[in-house]
Amino acid sequence: MEKDTIVNNKILIIGGSAGSLEVLIEVFPKLHVIDNLAIVLILHRRSTEDTMLEDLIKMKTDIPVKQIEDKIRLQPGHVYVAPGDYHLLFEKNGLLSLDISEKVHFSRPSIDVSFESAADVYGKHLTGLLLSGANADGTKGLLAIKEAGGVIAVQKPETAEVSYMPHHALVEAKPDYVLDVSEMADFIKSI
Amino acid sequence: MIDDRELEVLINDIFEYYGYDFSGYSKASFKRRVDRLLQIDEYDNFSDFLSRIRTDPDYFKNAVEEITVNVTEMFRDPHFYKYLRTEILPILATKPFIRVWHAGCSTGEEVYSLAILLQEAGLLHKSLLYATDLNTVVLNRAKKGVFPLRTMKQYSENYILSGGEKDFSEYYIANYGWAKFDEALSTKMVYSQHNLVSDSSFNEFDLILCRNVLIYFDKNLQETALRLFDNSLARLGYLALGTKETIKFSPIQKNYQQMDKEKIWKKIL
Repeated sequence: MEKDTIVNNKILIIGGSAGSLEVLIEVFPKLHVIDNLAIVLILHRRSTEDTMLEDLIKMKTDIPVKQIEDKIRLQPGHVYVAPGDYHLLFEKNGLLSLDISEKVHFSRPSIDVSFESAADVYGKHLTGLLLSGANADGTKGLLAIKEAGGVIAVQKPETAEVSYMPHHALVEAKPDYVLDVSEMADFIKSI
Repeated sequence: MIDDRELEVLINDIFEYYGYDFSGYSKASFKRRVDRLLQIDEYDNFSDFLSRIRTDPDYFKNAVEEITVNVTEMFRDPHFYKYLRTEILPILATKPFIRVWHAGCSTGEEVYSLAILLQEAGLLHKSLLYATDLNTVVLNRAKKGVFPLRTMKQYSENYILSGGEKDFSEYYIANYGWAKFDEALSTKMVYSQHNLVSDSSFNEFDLILCRNVLIYFDKNLQETALRLFDNSLARLGYLALGTKETIKFSPIQKNYQQMDKEKIWKKIL
């Protein structure tokens, strides 16, 4: 049964850093529950204990937003936000794991860590989207998703508040899609 | 990246050769840590790594240290420590003797944090802090009470956020890039090796802290550890976990009452 959940459902994992929140605020109001799609957000955030980011996303969408705790089950039709100061990992049995090991790219959560872990579990059922940001996190992760048979996309660097992250990925990972912010909602609905 | 079958072989071999059972560890994290070690030590293929593990006990010891996660900090999650300070310690203060267990203490930063709280509450003299970890290398480091000086700025900020009112630098002596903590803090600490997977309860405690350790376990092993804590906790004692960990899926939950919204549970039965 657990295997079926993975086979019949799809996962969208979105990574972003500086300037990515603005994108999500624009895209999320255009989205409604997609029954067979789980959306996971890996955003660089200050290691504070607040839930501001979750609350903000909640305000912008009618898709239910789940607080992540260790070993909860990833369910389609929901949005998950990686908590600050933990890496988020994916288990083969459909559960989520947290990890406080060393920062990667000065970041915890690191986008690469989550993307690579998701690629290992979800392979071709996975879509990775990388948004605005100021460091190289995410590129290796996108490459891992691609190698596992998933689809990868980046925000068009010219439209990003900070273009470094999507530009780096555009050059290194050769994404399947390069998207304007205005195209993202339709892209997500078409997954 | 190593594949799932290789991971299984490694876990079986470690158990067979050294008796450490990692089969209940969370696979996603364990696999990533093994991959990381293979990269650091520049192994081109898994079988070379595996044969080194089998034949070189010193290398195995090093590998355990690298694979298990030993990231910790003083006063991690300051609001948690503030809650301990203002809500939990005043209750423990009524006891003639306070026994604490830090399970999975790593290099000891959180043990020293609690010792500072106990000292400021005037309770350290009647407390005993047992601190255990699977990994003897980190235990030896913890015993010394010496931490990198560069971390002190962050720890000092955490300390203040936890309600600390002293000058944090009063607690240590700075020397060549290291901060050596006051030995008055460590006199009440007892460090020893303990494996949550296979070892049993060894005392009865008033407060058990196991923060960000269960995240590395699968659900079955989490349950084993929680039962061990339950068996080791006195009635009306407290169990403290990491901010994203919970006992709500465990049968022991019915005997516990959560303290406000904190990851602290009081044993009521």
